[in-house]
Amino acid sequence: MAFLDKHKAIETHATLLMVLSLLVVTIGGIVQIVPLFYLENTIEKVEGMRPYTPLELAGQQVYMREGCYGCHSQMIRPMRDEVERYGHYSLAAESMYDRPFLWGSKRTGPDLARVGGRYSDEWHQDHFTNAKSVVPESVMPPYGFLANNIIDGKYIQDVVATHRMTGVPYSDEMVENALADFTAQADPLGDASGLEERYGEAAFGNPVNVRNFDGQPELTEMDALIAYMQVLGTMVDFSTFTPVANR
Amino acid sequence: MCAKPLKKEPRQVETTGHQWDGIEEWNNPLPRWWVWVFYATIVWGIGYTIAYPAWPLIERATPGLLGQNTRADVAAEIAAVDAANAATKEKLIATDLNAIGADPELAGYAERAGAAVFRTNCAQCHGSGAAGFEGKGYPNLLDDDWLWGGTMEDIHLTVTHGIRTNDDSRYSMMPAFGLDELLDETQIAQVTEHVLAISGQEHDAAASAAGATIYADNCAACHLEDGKGDRAQGAPNLTDAIWLYGGSREKIIETVTKARFGVMPNWNTRLSEDEIRAVAFYVHGRGGGE
Repeated sequence: MAFLDKHKAIETHATLLMVLSLLVVTIGGIVQIVPLFYLENTIEKVEGMRPYTPLELAGQQVYMREGCYGCHSQMIRPMRDEVERYGHYSLAAESMYDRPFLWGSKRTGPDLARVGGRYSDEWHQDHFTNAKSVVPESVMPPYGFLANNIIDGKYIQDVVATHRMTGVPYSDEMVENALADFTAQADPLGDASGLEERYGEAAFGNPVNVRNFDGQPELTEMDALIAYMQVLGTMVDFSTFTPVANR
Repeated sequence: MCAKPLKKEPRQVETTGHQWDGIEEWNNPLPRWWVWVFYATIVWGIGYTIAYPAWPLIERATPGLLGQNTRADVAAEIAAVDAANAATKEKLIATDLNAIGADPELAGYAERAGAAVFRTNCAQCHGSGAAGFEGKGYPNLLDDDWLWGGTMEDIHLTVTHGIRTNDDSRYSMMPAFGLDELLDETQIAQVTEHVLAISGQEHDAAASAAGATIYADNCAACHLEDGKGDRAQGAPNLTDAIWLYGGSREKIIETVTKARFGVMPNWNTRLSEDEIRAVAFYVHGRGGGE
């Protein structure tokens, strides 16, 4: 191992040490970074995925703020027990518009990747206000205060624009009409045709849920969070999806 | 205190040649077993990346010689279970709903499969014991008071298409008499007294009499004149002691004012036909089935 003895030459020349260290770090960096340029090849081509509507996006912000991911995952793994309980295993494409992804790693509560449409809005209201009232064994803390937090969508356009900046394909109209779409989704009596046109059946294959999610006249964080819950895992059309090997 | 060298002869071990203040750095070799295990892990690691999917390339990751694929594995595992139950499931689908109970083998399967489906998907609203949550709008499935009917076919239809979920769902809509200003507060109070009267609760007789006319004009079309309700329209029986949203004076006033709009998801997009039949059989067998 005579060549190992040469390390003295490196250790005693600061410049040489620095250049060689940089070289080593560069190799490590390339190994980690270069595959990210080909990240697209890990994302399946599926039908139905669309960017979140402004209200759902606001709900996702609430989800992150409250740290829901600390107890709930959004990742159904390809294992029989999980598929039987929660539905089709999650696809990379299903979280491609999440900034950041919210897969989580801890399940104190159940996985939420396909919670959309599974419960009624009233159930979510009851459950957020007092989880024990519908699931006696639950340890989820109460989030009833969300129904008191009125949101006016002041910054919603900025949130949508920021998501577009990070690569979520929001169109110009989606950004321009962010506030209008934001309020339209929680108002079943209003005109939601613009929202439906931009995010709905014609554009992406699924109609947008337009409901008064929290059952109150005001637009609150509860509306946003329930709108987000109700769309989770419902976008992809699995009738047209065939799994490809190595993904 | 340790001025002298240790008993062990220092020169038995080579030093690295480094020396600080008379302290030398010994160059003890690593234990042989450790070194060989270390080499073995390197060899194993190389073998692993050849055998299993590993290196990300431009189009896709290397597939690995063994062709292992988690998604194919889970699909195969589920297919194996489905194949094992295929005969029973086909029989369950082919058998008339009311004839399932007559076949002990099929009934046993439907009972157990239905229980599993119920606990996974239905217990969150109807409770793990199927007793619902009284006053919160989640109906008790153990009793014989059914909103939309309690025969096997009725339950099967409700589970399949849900309630107020899509165009195929069971759908009823009570007007919000207060919010939509169809009745004023006095009239709502009077009709509430009438409902309290027909359900055998304590009530104000004079107000109830006035409420009877309001009831006949506004409520009898769905809840029928005697208040026994109409299952074809999903209108609940108002004369018994079972209340979906509570039967107290305050609760009835709230219901008449704002109306209720309970929603049950349609399960035909999440459950297969045999699972829906199994859970219908399970619910039917809880005690209230007709």
